[in-house]
This record gives sequence, C-alpha cells and structure tokens, in this order.
Amino acid sequence: MTVTLEPAVHGDRVSLLRVLGPAHVWALGVGIVLVGEFTGWNFAADKGGALAALIVCWVVGLLYTSVAMIDSEVTSTVAAAGGQYAQAKHIVGPLMAFNVALFLVFAYTMLEVSDAILLGDTIVAKAGVEGLTHNSFIAATIVVLAWLNYRGVLMTLNVNFVITAIAYISIVILFFSVSPWTQGAVLKLNELVTPGNALPYGWIGVIAAFQFGIWYYLGIEGTTQAAEEVRSPARSLPYGTMAGMITLLIAAAMTWYVCASMMPWEYLGITYYPLWDAGKLTGSPLLENLLFVATLLAALASANGCINDAARAWFSLGRDRYLPTWFSAVHPRYRTPYRSILFLLPIALAFAFIADLNQAITFSILSGVLQYTFMSINIMMFRKKWPLGSIRRGYTHPFHPIPAIVLFCLCVVTFFAIFLGFGSQLIAMVAFYFLISLWFHFYRYRFVRRGDQFTMPWPKPQGI
Amino acid sequence: MWMALSYACWGISIVLALWMLYDWFKVDTTFSEEVLTSSREGELEAVSEKHRI
Repeated sequence: MTVTLEPAVHGDRVSLLRVLGPAHVWALGVGIVLVGEFTGWNFAADKGGALAALIVCWVVGLLYTSVAMIDSEVTSTVAAAGGQYAQAKHIVGPLMAFNVALFLVFAYTMLEVSDAILLGDTIVAKAGVEGLTHNSFIAATIVVLAWLNYRGVLMTLNVNFVITAIAYISIVILFFSVSPWTQGAVLKLNELVTPGNALPYGWIGVIAAFQFGIWYYLGIEGTTQAAEEVRSPARSLPYGTMAGMITLLIAAAMTWYVCASMMPWEYLGITYYPLWDAGKLTGSPLLENLLFVATLLAALASANGCINDAARAWFSLGRDRYLPTWFSAVHPRYRTPYRSILFLLPIALAFAFIADLNQAITFSILSGVLQYTFMSINIMMFRKKWPLGSIRRGYTHPFHPIPAIVLFCLCVVTFFAIFLGFGSQLIAMVAFYFLISLWFHFYRYRFVRRGDQFTMPWPKPQGI
Repeated sequence: MWMALSYACWGISIVLALWMLYDWFKVDTTFSEEVLTSSREGELEAVSEKHRI
C-alpha cells in the first residue's frame, strides 16, 4: 500500500483539513457535554437537594451561556486549532497561553478517562457477571476512538453527530413517555420535592452544588478546537456553539424534571445512572434498554470529542515550539495531528486504569473552571485592545461587559464550592500549574520563535 | 456472552493499537520531518481576510 500525498492546502505544506460544517461543531460540543446529563449533574442533589440541582442548572447555564457567547466572538476572529490557547496567545501572552493549553489538555483528557470508566462500569453493571471487570471496555473505548480520530476528523465528527443525536433523542423520548403534562401518574414531583426537603442544607447546599452543576454543560467550549478544520469559522463556530448551548439547556431542564419527579433526592444524589434509573422506574423494558444504550453512546461521544480536542491543543503547543515541534506533525493522508493523538493515548489509558472516577472528574472540572476564569479576563482585554470596528468579527456578543462579569463571579463561586468538597486537589492543581509555569518561563520559552507565534493579521493593539 | 465481548474488546484494542503503530512508523519513514511538521497557524486567514472594516 502506498501513501499518497493529497494536494496540500498551502503550497507543499501539510495542513489540517477544512471539511467541517456547523453540524459537526454542534456534534463536537454537545457530544462532549451530553454525558453530563446521563451522570454527574445529579451529584448536585446530594450536595444541596433536588431544588439546588435545579437552581444550579439555570445559574450554571448562565455561566455557560456567557462562555458560549464570549468564545463565539473571540474564536470567530482567532480561528486556529488550539481554540482558547490561540486566543490567549494573541490577546494575553505566551505564559497565559501555555497554561490555557494545559487546562485544555487536562480537562479533556481527564473527561475522556471519566467517560471510559463510566462506559466500562455501565456495561459491568448491566451484565452482572461475576469476574467481569471494566478494563477491557475501557481499553476498547479509548483505543477505538483514538483510531477513529487518527483516521480523520470528518468521519470522527460524523460518528459523533449520529451517536449524540441518538442519545439526545432518547432523553426526549423518555420525557414524553412519562406524560410530563400530568403529575401523579408517573411523575410525582409534588411528593418528592416538598418545601421541607427541597433545600435540606439551605443556601450553602446550593453553593456546594455548583461543583457538580458544571456537569450539565462541561465541555461546550470545546467547539473552538475545530476552528482550523471548519470551512467557514466565522459563521460555523458561533452558530454551532450557540445551537449546542440551546440544545443543552433544553436537555438539562428535561433531565432534571424527569429524574427529580421519579427519585427521592437522597437516591438521585448518589446514583451513577440517573437517566437509566428513570428508564427502569417507568417499568418499560424498551425505555430501560434505550436509556442503557444512550448512556453508552453519550459516554462514547464525549470521549471521542475529548480525544479530538486534547490532541489539537497539544498539537498547537508543538507547532509554536512551546513543546517539541515533533508533536506538530500532521498525517499526510488523514490530515490529523497523529503524533499528538498517539502520545495522549497511553496517558489516558494509564489514568483510566489507576484513577477512580471521582478523582478524574474533579481534575477535569478544576481545569475547566480555571479556563473559564481566563475567558472572562480574556474578553475584557480583547475588547480593550481591539475595540469594535478595529477588526472584523464573525460574531459580536451583546451586553458587554455583563457576560464577562457574570462569568467571573460565577467562577469564583464555583471555586469556593470545589474548595468545600475537594480543597486538597484544588491546592495541588494550582501548585502544579504554578511550577509548570516556572519551567516554561525560565526554560522552555527560550526555544520559541517569538515573532512566528503571532499569526493573526490584526492591526496594532490600542494602548501598546 | 459478556465474557466473550470482553475478550473481543481486548482483541480489537490490540489490533487497532498495532495498526496505528505500524502506520506511524510507515509515515515517519516515508515523509521528511519538514513536510510532516510544515503546518502553520492562521495561513488561511492571512490569505483571505484583510480585516478591513
């Protein structure tokens, strides 16, 4: 078999392939996130009760709507693989960019690990066979999806679109199967959520619930990693991201309503499978099996998108020499960052075999919230350095600076919530990023070609 | 059936991992490092977008 070099996009160079449209952007963002409806969000009920899970659904929804709007504006202008990394590099500076890229790689790799563990555990729970472990299913999830990513971005995100759509439709089917317009037949919200138990720990429980409320939407910002592979980034990225956010808000509301109406908060807050359990509680084997399959598909879609995004962030670091350029290789046939995909593969496998689900999820959430905090600062600097009218924007988000301020305040609340539950992990992670920043500043940055890293043909920023 | 599925998962994982290693080796020995690492950020924007309002 011979490897044929397809016509390169720019002269003799081998670049990532621009083949994606808005539907792929939607599939990437919603695919990464939707698993959070199948598990994760419900732990918010354990922290603060069923009503707290609903409050954080909407308040964290506000946080992510701000993220989606801000991200859409900046990415429609800085359309490069690496997403928020490329934004940080151009707007804040190299040290911030290096940290943001690490946030991205950690957030997506740990989420991929969590997805694989969830998928393995779900199959083992369904099988109920003594001696069956989740290891083989974890390995297959990570390796098969890495192979898919290795072979090309178009097929990867076509697959993600199909399996994400099936998982999403399963939530809609469950919702309409339980007669949501009637209370007392299947749904018993009035009995399960009462004034006496709605907020069992008061408002501090609501604050604590923020930590897991993140799961309703964690990863929607991953759409920006496709910036270099969409045909029309200025149009596709805002459209796909905002459509994804609307989709998720609807899914989150339906999920809470069905689950809180069928399970007491004490159980809802500890189960790993809220939607699958809701399917079982309907008494319909068809719905039970549908939600089982949908849980697996949601985990697969999320892991698939995470491999895509983590590899592109790592690839971008190599391309700018923030890491060895070896990582910036593009496969001449499949046009994918194949070395980055292969490098991250054994790391994900190692974490999946040795880490537990809670640790992996916590590291993913922490890295995600660090990134959102950066985004609130980033947009303020972006609007200040390049005001409206100074450069072309594919999308301009409304009400600036209110979304940035809301985002920053909600990130602070979320950090406090994480500190309440996982204080030592929070401190350890911040210490890690501090040390790695010292390494980058005092050692690695000498290898960077400083003029080459700033690639956007923008005018000189104001005030500099 | 579940145990068989588990063994099949190990098999598929090993086969695909070996295929990726083989393809990696083949690509790296067929193409020069300059070609493989020739991707540059923002080239399309530099060509098509002048950022004139």
